[in-house]
Parts: sequence; structure tokens; C-alpha cells
Amino acid sequence: MMYEGKSWVFGDNVDTDQLAPGAFMKSPMEELARHCLERLNPHFPKNVRIGDIVVGGRNFGAGSSREQAVQSLLQLGVSAVIAPSFGGIFQRNAFNLGLLVLECEDTSKIHEGDHLVPDPKQGSVFNQTTGETLICSQVPEFLMQMLKDGGLVPHLEKKINKGNR
Amino acid sequence: MFLYVLEMLLVSQPLTMEEFCNIYQQKVKDSLPQTLAQKIIAHAARKAVVGIGEIEIGSVDLAMIHDSGGPRRVAPILERLGVGVWDPEKLVVISDHYVPTFDADSEAILKLTRRWVQEQGVKRFHDEEGICHVVLPENGYLRPGMFAVGGDSHSPTGGAFGCYMFGIGATEMAGVLATGKIWIRVPETIRIEWNGTFPKGVMAKDMMLFLCGKMGMDGGRYQAVEFCGDAVSRLSMQERMTLTNMSAEFGAQTGLIAPDETTVEWLGLHNSDAGDWTKWNTDSDAEFELHSFQAEQLEPQVAAPHSPANASAVSNFGKIHPKVLYLGACTGAKLQDLRSAASILKGNKVQKGIELWVAPSSLRDLKQAKKEGILGILENAGGKVLPTSCGLCAGYGPQRLDKGTVCLSSTARNFKGRMGDEESEVYLASPMTVAATAITGRISDPRLFLKN
Repeated sequence: MMYEGKSWVFGDNVDTDQLAPGAFMKSPMEELARHCLERLNPHFPKNVRIGDIVVGGRNFGAGSSREQAVQSLLQLGVSAVIAPSFGGIFQRNAFNLGLLVLECEDTSKIHEGDHLVPDPKQGSVFNQTTGETLICSQVPEFLMQMLKDGGLVPHLEKKINKGNR
Repeated sequence: MFLYVLEMLLVSQPLTMEEFCNIYQQKVKDSLPQTLAQKIIAHAARKAVVGIGEIEIGSVDLAMIHDSGGPRRVAPILERLGVGVWDPEKLVVISDHYVPTFDADSEAILKLTRRWVQEQGVKRFHDEEGICHVVLPENGYLRPGMFAVGGDSHSPTGGAFGCYMFGIGATEMAGVLATGKIWIRVPETIRIEWNGTFPKGVMAKDMMLFLCGKMGMDGGRYQAVEFCGDAVSRLSMQERMTLTNMSAEFGAQTGLIAPDETTVEWLGLHNSDAGDWTKWNTDSDAEFELHSFQAEQLEPQVAAPHSPANASAVSNFGKIHPKVLYLGACTGAKLQDLRSAASILKGNKVQKGIELWVAPSSLRDLKQAKKEGILGILENAGGKVLPTSCGLCAGYGPQRLDKGTVCLSSTARNFKGRMGDEESEVYLASPMTVAATAITGRISDPRLFLKN
């Protein structure tokens, strides 16, 4: 999987009601995704491109356990989220659904529209626009494996097929 | 440690392998102090001890799902995996989010929920009986030492009963339902200690808003928060539930309170028993971070839009005139919350032009509130009783705040647009502060009404 794209920058404590607004929680994912982060940046759901990268501040994805918060980003084609810290449930949900999330202290050095190339194996993000390389925390091996499999369900499918429930 | 082993090997009576293992495990436990969180996770991982920061696989004692994140989302995954629920006896299903139904979609969601529990042989199904976090313990399902997961972010509520309970998403829940297991990074423990006596008019809700205000929505760092101190031990079970519930807003994975006599008594009254509860506590020499606060110094708190962390003393908000006052949700409409609100509203009236909405958090609490005359007090004051469900707090239903509406709510989170239009403004406070504000028409200190 290639992670590379243009950055969309948001602030601290982006909550799950911004990522997946409650009023659309029973709508099909395509519709729910059209409202993803629209209250913070109305251009985001309209103009985000496949591969783009969401850059958050502290505690990105705080709040509810609804994994539609992750699914709406995936639906829009977002390839990774980079933030100094994440809401714990959001972070688990992201790996479970196959969305790369990277903890990176220096997200303030990233500007809207910068072209980013994260490298989860190295634990770094290369900012092609500025030429800077930012350090991230490394993703544990078993989560990288789950990500490689495409998330928890395909990962479990593999295990169950091998007879390990 | 080596001396112990040596001693055991030298005792005159020969030990069986099992006896040796048991004694050895006990010695390991005794020599390595553990937090309550570590003890529960070790038990779930079938180990004597676990180390902070390590990844463990825990066997789940109880899983809870609701109509929104539950059957409609986990059923397709289990189908794809070709498996059923690993142990239907360990699953509790509660409908509360799309309750009462209001359109074809919500009806379909509830229909699917009911059909699925039948297909899977789930006996512990509570349909439209109230909010999951309140219905779960009132049926006696939670016991100290349990390792439990819930398909909802406020699942740490279960920690009030000495369970390690945390919220997970639907895919991860499907994984638990398929395997009965979940991975966990053994958390650090952040102890929040309250000593002394809270002033009258100060509630558990104020403690949590204060904490979010002081340390932020990520103050819990997705670790375990443990509430302790003599002021906490004097709180009722439902007040304790407010503390652990709002550990979610504090950014913790779970909130814990070690069981004590209050827990034991409550469980006895709710078809449960505490078992060997005395072992479920944090060793005094275990590794934890400590933050101590003095109860006498806490004032009623209010959080401004759009974050629980925008909290400060109620006196800073006297110029805010809410039009809607909401007593609702798992955080703010349990029996104890309704009693507290009624203690302020008794003999008073809700100001003209203001609406007071009351959505009791469970049918059992509603019934008891009626019996005690609490509900009558709230209604006589001018309160309007809404259905027992997640209601306005989840914001999934037709009842939402209009553009520009200012609301003071006893719920847990006031994220932008959650309870209504993105231009509605939600302030958070305790049920008592909501009640006092209903009388005066501006955000008011409930202690004004408790002078006598």
C-alpha cells in the first residue's frame, strides 16, 4: 500500500461528531462521508482526493466509538491520518479498518496542501514540499501485519481459515 | 524471589506440580506490586502478573452492544467470517439509540436487532428498557474483576463496579464476538484522589468537568484512571458511575473504582454478588501517577461550548440564559441525578419561556422516581418527560436543538452540532445546576437553593 498525498490540516480535539455527524449515522456510507469534517472545513469532503492525508492536532478522533468516523475518511480515499495524539478508540478502529494512523509530535510544521509521504516502517513522514523529514512513533509489528492484511476482518479470516479462532 | 523458590524446594513434604505452580504464582504476585488495572488484565490474560506497556490478549468476561453499533454492524462481519457468537451467555444486547423508533430506517434497525438476538440465542436482551450503561449494572451483570468490552465509548461506566471495561468499535466488537478475545496494551494508572467532604450542591459531574478543565480532554492519555480517596468512597454507586462514565471525556481507556462495602451492598440489591472482591485493588507500592484534590475546594462547574474541557466555576456563567434545559443521558438522568434535581426544584417553577426536558436513563429508575414522588416534583415544576433512551445526547433522533438555541445539559459531551444544529450552543453542568438554572432563567449556582 502506498501512502502519499496532499495534506488537509485540522486543529486539536477533532471529535467523532465532526467525522461522522450523528444525524447521518443511519445513512449509507457515501452520504455520511459527504458530511465528514464539513463543519470544520466545508471544502474537505468536496475536494479531498484519493491518497490525501489528514493532519490533526492533539487527540484527533476524540469521543464516540462509532467507527464510521474512520470509515468516512476511508470512503473519501484518505490514505493516512497524522497527529500528535489520537482518541484511543479512534486509533484502534483505524487499524481494525485498515487506515494508517501515525503519531507525530511535529505536525505544526505541516501546512495545508503540503505533499506528504509517510513511511510507517521507518516511523517517519517526508514532507516533499518543504524537504523536511518528521519523526513518528513506530507502529507495533502485529498492527502493521493487520494493516497489511487490510484490517481486522481479513486478518481474522486468514486466521480462521488456518483453524485458529 | 529465588529464596522463596529455594525454600519451597527444600520443604520436607514433596509438592505436586500444581501445588508448586500455585505457590510460585502467589509468590510472584506478592513480590511484584500491581495496580487494579494490571490485576484484572493479568487475570484476563491468565497470567500471575502483567507489566505496564506490554501487549496482552485478554479473554473477555462480558461484551455489551447496542442497536446502533451492534447487530446491524457486527452481523455482516460474523457472516463473512462464517462464525456465530463465541458465547451467547457472555453477551448483553440493549436497544437505546434508535429508541423510540421514528421512521422506516430506525424501525428496520430495531427489527434487525430483535431478529439477530433470537438467531444467536442471546438471552440477555433488554429492549427499550433504558440506556445501556445504566441497564447493564442494574441487571447485576457487572462484578468486580471482570474484563469487559462495550460497543460504546461510555463503556468505562462499568469501572465503577471494579470491572476493567472499555469501549470499542463495531469491527473490533465483531472480532470479540468471533473469538472471545481482545488485545490490550497494559495501561499506566493515573490515580485521581479526592479527600475531604464535598460542599452540598457539588456532584460527581462537577468533579469530572473540573478534571477535564484542568487536564484537558486528553488528560487520561488513553490510560486507566482510578478514582480514590475518602471523598470518592462516600459517593453512591450512581455518582461513581458518573465519574467512570466521563473518563471517556477525560480521554482514558477506562475509569476504575476499587470495590468496597458500597459496591457489595449495591450488587446484593441487584441480583449479583461481589465474589472475592477484596483482592481487586491497587497495591500501595504499585506504579501509578497521583493527582490529589481537596473536596471542600470544588465549586459547581459549567463547561462552555463545544468541549467538556471548557470548564470553570459556575459563577463565570451568570450571564448565559439557556432556553432549553436537559436532564438526560447515562451521565445525567439516573435516579440519583433526578433526586438531586428534584431537591432543588421542589416547590419551585421553571421560568416562563424556558423548557425543561427530562429523559430518565432507565425504566427502572423512572419507576422508582415515580414511586418516590421525584418525577411528580419535576413535572409540577414544569418539566416535560421524554422517552427513556439516549435521546438528545446521541442526537440520532428527530428531537434536536434548533439553530441558535442555547442549552444547559446534564449530559457528558457538548461537541459542535452533536445535539442539534451546528449553531446551537450546549453548556454542560450537574443535574443540580440544571435545576437551579431552570428556576432563575440564567446559569445559576445550586447552592443558592440549599441554604436552608
